[in-house]
Amino acid sequence: MCQRITQDTAKRRNPKRSASAMRVLVGVKRVVDYAVKVRVQNNTVDLANIKMSLNPFCEIAVEEAVRLKEAKTADEVVAVSVGPKQCSETIRTALAMGCDRGIHIQTDLRTDYMELQPFSIAQLFQKVVEQEGSELVLLGKQGIDSDCGQTGPMLAGLLGWPQVTFAASLSAADGGITVERETDSGTETIKVPKLPAVVTCDLRLNEPRYATLPNIMKAKKKKVDTIAAEDLGLDLSPRNDVLEVFEPPPRAAGIIVDDVDSLVDKLRNEAGAIP
Amino acid sequence: MTLLLTTIARASVNCVQKRIGAAGRAFSSSSSSIEHFNSGSDSDYDASVQPPTRLPITWFTEDEEMIRYAVRQWSTQELKPIVREMDDEGCLRPNILQDLFDNGFMGMEIPEEYGGSELSFTSACLVVEEISRVDPSVAVLVDIHNTLTINALRFWGSAELQQQWLPRLATDTVSSFALSEAGAGSDAFAMKTTATPSPDGSYYTINGTKLWISNSKEAGVFLLFANINPSLGYKGITAFVVDANSEGLTVGRPERKLGLRASSTCPVVLDNVRVEASNVLGEVGQGYKYCINILNEGRIGIAAQQIGIAKGCLYDIAMPYLQERQQFGRAIGDFQGMQHQYAQIATELHAAELMTYNACRLKETNSSSFVKEASMVKLYAAQVAERTASKTIEWLGGIGFTQDLLAEKFYRDCKVGSIYEGTSNIQLQTIAKLLQAEYKQ
Repeated sequence: MCQRITQDTAKRRNPKRSASAMRVLVGVKRVVDYAVKVRVQNNTVDLANIKMSLNPFCEIAVEEAVRLKEAKTADEVVAVSVGPKQCSETIRTALAMGCDRGIHIQTDLRTDYMELQPFSIAQLFQKVVEQEGSELVLLGKQGIDSDCGQTGPMLAGLLGWPQVTFAASLSAADGGITVERETDSGTETIKVPKLPAVVTCDLRLNEPRYATLPNIMKAKKKKVDTIAAEDLGLDLSPRNDVLEVFEPPPRAAGIIVDDVDSLVDKLRNEAGAIP
Repeated sequence: MTLLLTTIARASVNCVQKRIGAAGRAFSSSSSSIEHFNSGSDSDYDASVQPPTRLPITWFTEDEEMIRYAVRQWSTQELKPIVREMDDEGCLRPNILQDLFDNGFMGMEIPEEYGGSELSFTSACLVVEEISRVDPSVAVLVDIHNTLTINALRFWGSAELQQQWLPRLATDTVSSFALSEAGAGSDAFAMKTTATPSPDGSYYTINGTKLWISNSKEAGVFLLFANINPSLGYKGITAFVVDANSEGLTVGRPERKLGLRASSTCPVVLDNVRVEASNVLGEVGQGYKYCINILNEGRIGIAAQQIGIAKGCLYDIAMPYLQERQQFGRAIGDFQGMQHQYAQIATELHAAELMTYNACRLKETNSSSFVKEASMVKLYAAQVAERTASKTIEWLGGIGFTQDLLAEKFYRDCKVGSIYEGTSNIQLQTIAKLLQAEYKQ
């Protein structure tokens, strides 16, 4: 049901579009910068004056979307971000990398699992995807703040679309896509014969380009629509309660053992690592 | 005596206005009467106009922050891994040059219509600082290209020259500033390179040898200063845009230097090099003026480079090390002796940084009254960079003296800061002259 509506909407919007060029939507999350050492304060991660940047996996998703556009497989790439006013910078980075326009779902609720959780994010994205008539949604496999990896699969579920996660390579042909996905036991090749679909992107999918200075400036002129999250008529309250947030205990010093027997003894009796 | 008082009064009114936004407007009526005493020499500041932003100098615009972040990403990921090799080899890797163009670092202030990014001067200095924080050799190439040659071309070049060169300078051609000679350093006007006009004046024949020319090995074009008529003295000095491929032009062997080793510094020999009259930058005989004016702003870029060196030492090497290195049972950064030292250095770095970006803002808003500040900032930033690099090595101890860390490279690199683009003595001279001129009866 969902599929038919979105595809019809797309055709109605732009009847002259080439049948094979798809509309792509990319999620871009504003997260704590990967190099920052976070501190826990008041049972939550202290975000005051912390450097924030584009989630690395989202950056990979943006790069893939832009490459699809450069190969003329994608028609238009829309970057979507959920978060506070500063998400405009995150969207602007995506625009500087080559996305055509942005949608900012504005909210001051924390998007690192403390307030907004993947189910709500997925619901917000569902609204935008249906409105835009997107055919391929590219998301990072997880946010490096919450490390959930749930938004992609939940969104696919809500939309009733096929999903492929941990994509390490993506190619499009004949209205469908072929994705190689990496798992702990090896690589699988999955063929999605017909779009629309949700794909989450993993590290080895591509190496994102640097946003060049001219493109950073040109990105200012690209269109960004802002919607208030509350206006989308959803219940955004968290489904899960966060009970406690704490830093992992500091790593204890290692010990050097004299022989294999004492190693086995310590592993079995002290560490409880072997039965 | 009267002049002394009014000058002080005006200076403080200006200060106050810049700091107290709305209240500043109340001062404007009183300042306009004081302004009557202004000889008009050093300030175009119009007190009746809305005062500029009241934000701290260190609060940059969203554009500038995005630009700084983009440069930092590139420089830490692509440039940092090969800095040591480039220093050892004494040359820039070609892929780095290509990256500089691809990322838009080479046509920063060039208008969009010519393929540039149309950024502000402050943005350009931020880029130089960020690159310098990783490799000052690459930063100096970017700085000279953008703040000296490209800007001179934009300010005084004919429409044809701009059309011909700006797009190339933005996309694939490195430029170089050829002023100095064996006998003409601080005394630049003592240059001996001649540009003899042809009988019909349609071209010039240039003969001479330039020395100490940065970027010369990579350059596709030179902004070269030569005298069309030595009997006129410095009033014969003319600026020429010279294609590096010109017949008779040879770039000599790079100097083996103490620092900035990856930056090429070579002699440039001109043997009957023919240059069309259309390649004269601006007017014949005005070269001396152009070179002074462009160096006035170029030196703010050098200050940005020195700030980058200081930050690379203090923030990226010294401070982390001081927390990590333990002696006598504690981090050496905890000892009061060390704390007092790095506090002092951090304070001076902060001051130099503010001076640099204030000079940038002054230049952007006011084209005539930043000369003294630019000299002050180049003088001071070079001194701060040298102190910071030197102290960093001391704090690091033995390892600071080895090539395991980049501190020793920064120490070697920073020394030229007090020498090129106007030695420290010349800066002091300039500052004194301008200061004294405000007080002369």
